[in-house]
Amino acid sequence: MVHVSATPVLALRGVSKRFGAVQALTDVELEVHAGEVVALVGDNGAGKSTLVKTIAGVHPIDEGVIEWDGKPVSINKPHDAQGLGVATVYQDLALCDNLDVVGNLYLGRELLHRGVIDEVSMEKNARELLSTLSIRIPSVRIPIASLSGGQRQVVAIARALIGDPKIVILDEPTAALGVEQTAQVLDLVERLRERNLGVILISHNMADVKAVADTVAVLRLGKNNGSFPVKDTTHEEIIAAITGATDNAVTRRAGRRTTEAAK
Amino acid sequence: MSDTSKTVKKDPELQETVAPSDDPTAAPVSIVDPRLLVREEGLKGYWTEFKRKVKGGEIGSLPVVLGLIVIWTIFQLQNDRFLSADNLSNISYYMSATGMLAIGLVFVLLLGEIDLSVGSVSGLASTLFAVYVVNHGWNVWLALSLTLVIGALIGALQGWFFAKIGVPAFVVTLAGFLGWNGLMLWLLGASGTINIPDEGPVHLFGQSSFFMDQAVIGAYLLAGLGVASMLFGSLIEQRRRRAAGVPFRPTSEIALRVGLLAVAAFVSAYVLNQSAGVTNSLVIFLAALVIVDFVLRRTPYGRKVFAVGGGIEAARRAGINVPMIRITVFALSGFFAAVGGMFFAGQTQSATLNAGGGNTLMLAIAAAVIGGTSLFGGRGTVWSALLGMLVIQSIQTGLDLLNMNTSIQYMITGAVLLGAVVIDSVSRKSQKAAGRA
Repeated sequence: MVHVSATPVLALRGVSKRFGAVQALTDVELEVHAGEVVALVGDNGAGKSTLVKTIAGVHPIDEGVIEWDGKPVSINKPHDAQGLGVATVYQDLALCDNLDVVGNLYLGRELLHRGVIDEVSMEKNARELLSTLSIRIPSVRIPIASLSGGQRQVVAIARALIGDPKIVILDEPTAALGVEQTAQVLDLVERLRERNLGVILISHNMADVKAVADTVAVLRLGKNNGSFPVKDTTHEEIIAAITGATDNAVTRRAGRRTTEAAK
Repeated sequence: MSDTSKTVKKDPELQETVAPSDDPTAAPVSIVDPRLLVREEGLKGYWTEFKRKVKGGEIGSLPVVLGLIVIWTIFQLQNDRFLSADNLSNISYYMSATGMLAIGLVFVLLLGEIDLSVGSVSGLASTLFAVYVVNHGWNVWLALSLTLVIGALIGALQGWFFAKIGVPAFVVTLAGFLGWNGLMLWLLGASGTINIPDEGPVHLFGQSSFFMDQAVIGAYLLAGLGVASMLFGSLIEQRRRRAAGVPFRPTSEIALRVGLLAVAAFVSAYVLNQSAGVTNSLVIFLAALVIVDFVLRRTPYGRKVFAVGGGIEAARRAGINVPMIRITVFALSGFFAAVGGMFFAGQTQSATLNAGGGNTLMLAIAAAVIGGTSLFGGRGTVWSALLGMLVIQSIQTGLDLLNMNTSIQYMITGAVLLGAVVIDSVSRKSQKAAGRA
């Protein structure tokens, strides 16, 4: 997919974050455009979660600039991020089992009609939202406890859309899902892109990344280790960037030999 | 609410067929999953669905109704005065005091917590009121207001220890159970009992204070009011849902529900009129139930209480102030305990050493749980306080009628509480197996 907007909705410029003696992020750059799916990949401890948490306002950044629509902003609390239009979907524990789908979608921001919860409008909007996203669940009035893992995940993602965000962060949305459910979630990610939202997708699953992402941003040891357009990049190149496999004597030597051969 | 989806197949024109808005040529997508079981037409449909729900552990108020029938039959066989109008009127009067405690406990149980101090707080409330009015000569209504505020503050204090300091609610309220009882004994001092003049709130909560001064029309007026508001409420809801294009209850189902309520309400009104009439205590208890039910089901605050009971982390992430909800819920529990204490004072027109002691706490917890509010949090309605109290008070009054010793009463109360908790645990297990918990 071609970038549809010149100015990225969200841009991180030289962002650094320290926890005590640990330099979790060093000079990290990241751009997310409207209608773009950016996959954020990296090994455990590469700084993906920290990076996402700085965007979501959980950890304020130490150095660098966060730009929103080209203008520098400060994100110090989750509330700031939500106010800008960042919605975060966590891997687990995001839904109340005892409430129904409508109740969960609107949890914390119920529609009111003269001070009373407006169940009718909420149910109507919920059904419209779910059907435009082609989400199939048995009924919007059954408790979340009755839904499968994949259905819960799509409800959690749909929940993020209620607040009309511009950027949606998905933290390993397919981690615990089966084949069919994974496909459903990936479909949903594509529909988010069609709605012109910027999506940051954290995943360890290269097949998912190749399937939906436009750009792959690789983090390694808290630093950028390449940003690739998915179309022109092979599986192996991404893996190499994640593991740092290119950064050793053998590959450097191989690189020299190919350039010499080219001459 | 949960059964609105069942109506979808019955009204084919309502079948949700929404084309994706961005692509009008695409095939319509039905939002209804084909795997969802849909109730069949007619009475058979209700019956099969009922059986399925029971198997899935969604028993609702079924055990209460069955239990009530069994209890009433047994006591009626033992003593034919049990189902007399006078005795039923007694049950309706005496259940309101403990019922108030049970209302507060429903809030706490919805969070999945427990408040063991409600009995002691109710005893302390009656003593405080007596001290203000008798020893200090204060205005009764001022004394009542102050007593209720202190009840709420006591609850809030316990809630603060639980929510902010992180002491388990069980331990905080166990300390309260002892501490507030000690304070009450200290206030009563050597005299032991303070008699309260039969006026103001104490008269209002007494057994000789009746709605509309025993006018026969009063009971029917209340019954009519209840039935009419349910009927109009359901019809307005149906119209709004129909206008919005979401599933609604069919008129036949509304008629059935309203009809059942009408029978229950008017039979109760008739029976109470056969005796002395409707006591004001019962009217206040019922009004409190209606208000609290509304708060829990229809306001953002009630939704937050359910959310915290269903998943603390999810509630926190949704921006809900979890400590605030916990503190206010315990404050409500303390408030209703104080109200219950005033009702006890109205029963005896005195503050005594054993007010709120004995098995008061156990009865209130048993009532809430028997009525169907889960001990595990997140599930229940405040009507369980009414249903549970009917069972509990029937047992109490029945045992009194049979001149049973307190020892026997304690044993039976203990067994009933255990039975209620067992039913709750078993139904939760089958709900889990059926994917509903």
